Amino acid sequence: MIDPRGPRFAAWITTFVLAAVLLTGSGWLLLAQAVVFALGIKGRSPYGLLYRRLVRSRLAAPVELEAEAPTRFAQLVGFAFAAVGTVGYLAGLTVLGQVATAAALAAAFLNAAFGFCLGCEIYLLFKRTTPTKGVPA
Amino acid sequence: MLLIAVLAVTTAVGLFWKSRQGRVRTVVAEDSLLPTLAELGEQPGERATLLQFSSAFCAPCRATRRILTEVAEMVPGVRHVEVDAEAHLDVVRRLNILKTPTTLILDRDGRVTQRAAGPPRKADVVAALGRAVP
Repeated sequence: MIDPRGPRFAAWITTFVLAAVLLTGSGWLLLAQAVVFALGIKGRSPYGLLYRRLVRSRLAAPVELEAEAPTRFAQLVGFAFAAVGTVGYLAGLTVLGQVATAAALAAAFLNAAFGFCLGCEIYLLFKRTTPTKGVPA
Repeated sequence: MLLIAVLAVTTAVGLFWKSRQGRVRTVVAEDSLLPTLAELGEQPGERATLLQFSSAFCAPCRATRRILTEVAEMVPGVRHVEVDAEAHLDVVRRLNILKTPTTLILDRDGRVTQRAAGPPRKADVVAALGRAVP
């Protein structure tokens, strides 16, 4: 169980970093964000660490705790887009880099500003498209 | 320029999403879901059932469970049933559940009277039950 304000705080930093990537077109900055996403999949996001070290102690206790799995799922999707975008920018396929970064930025900004939960919206849609037969119960 | 466009479009999408999130919509009564409840291994409530579909990667499912449990405890004859959507994809497809949490409000005969995609507000659920429970 985690403080839900942690992922929101992390989503704001992610938003600013991805915005900077779009402005500068820096594949290396996007690579750094991809590494952050990868650590986030393991629940070791540096942004989360920043929240726990610097922010949480200044706030009141959270009203409600949230499960950690949805956040990790979002980090996994973020990583996929950041990885594709990094390859795009570093290989000179700027449009691919921009499209992938824009998609990741949109998801991070929706999460930060509106509390949008990516796992809620896409996980079941994805599951629905996979055939029921052969799926372990 | 690209950044401004992305942020503008995303803000519009976010405002639209937020406005629809958790809104309790009235549904035209369809077939009874009592057989579906039996298929899920669940009992209906005497007067109404709050049927919640959840998934593993759903942050607000927990809050929704708390709200619906409180309502079920408050209103006699109302039962809260939570289903793991992933484990019942056939039911999910049949009922056209697209996201989690999705809540269906069933009347005593098991017919859907209302549905909410996203966490509903407690007051909206209570108001909806006022119509589902005569």
